[in-house]
Amino acid sequence: MGAQIRVYRQRIRSVTATKKITRAMELMAASRVVKAQQAVRESTPYARALTRAASAVATYSDEDHPLTTEPENVTRAALVVVAADRGLAGGYNSNVLKEGERVSAALQAEGKEVVPYLVGRRAVSFYSFRKRERAAEWTGSSEKPSFENAREIGERLVADFIKPTEEGGVDEVHIVSTRFISMVNQEAEVIRLLPLEVVEGVESDDDAELYPLYEFEPNPEELLDTLLPRYVNARIFNALLSAAASELASRQRAMKSATDNAEELIKKYTRLANQARQAEITQEISEIVGGASALADSK
Amino acid sequence: MSSLNVELVAADRKVWSGEASMVRARSTEGEIGVLPGHAPLLGVLIEGDVVIHSSEGDQTATIDGGFLSVDHDNVTIVAETVQAPAKG
Repeated sequence: MGAQIRVYRQRIRSVTATKKITRAMELMAASRVVKAQQAVRESTPYARALTRAASAVATYSDEDHPLTTEPENVTRAALVVVAADRGLAGGYNSNVLKEGERVSAALQAEGKEVVPYLVGRRAVSFYSFRKRERAAEWTGSSEKPSFENAREIGERLVADFIKPTEEGGVDEVHIVSTRFISMVNQEAEVIRLLPLEVVEGVESDDDAELYPLYEFEPNPEELLDTLLPRYVNARIFNALLSAAASELASRQRAMKSATDNAEELIKKYTRLANQARQAEITQEISEIVGGASALADSK
Repeated sequence: MSSLNVELVAADRKVWSGEASMVRARSTEGEIGVLPGHAPLLGVLIEGDVVIHSSEGDQTATIDGGFLSVDHDNVTIVAETVQAPAKG
């Protein structure tokens, strides 16, 4: 066998192996993205119930809660960046990290000190490669976040928000994550988590509804004390779930195009290998014919 | 007799929903029971059992604290984690 054919055959073998891997990843992402979307849907009744309750309390009491009060001057802003644990998801990680950079530049331009909190190994490696400080990091659950993860993050953020700025607390919390719009469309976006904006009507589908005159037990202040941290956790949980669904959808898309590409390459190399084989045969024939006629001539 | 529309919601799923004649839960002030026609109420729940008397029998679930809202016979019980209700 000629050297050229051997090279082509080797290429074909290696691309075939790669194709098997990308195909498997595509199928895995495709099956998980359905579950992830399901999880996003299943978390909505909880978020809606919390939103309604928080709005109801907010409507009937003019209590100022520390979590809803705007600090007078904002000097430190927390930035939570939600990225994936693994790569191979197309532009997913770079989009969310880019958005994070943009937001942190904007915050710095306003004279605020940015304190990063990172979710996902990719975000951590992005920051550690650039040798940047970060306040906290959570990894290992980007594909299938559980409520425990959200609670952990939420408790830390609320604690830091309540802490006075001089002792390392923060005055604002922004969260950069990817919103799942559809299977082919996910967008990196930033939301301000704390201080909570007026919660009325957010996410509820019946804004115009009037709240009945509730009795509060034990009293509105304590209700807000329990409700608001839970509300924060629910928002974080929702962001994590949406990010997980987006990650899987991007991965599925990226792996699909990788598989298509591999097929294309295999086709190309098969043609080249066939051509090389044919060229070799042609050459052999002409050598034989040439040899035979040379012998005939010498007689 | 009118009945209550009950929803029991955990952070990651809707645990149970349906019609019931009475709901019992533990609030910070003590055990409370909700019957149809109850005044609108928002209450904080503490760790403990929630009992829903429904037409299919009693549903019991253990929650880790949360809250309960009642308005116009719609009862929503919200908890971060709910131990799956045992049929009984």
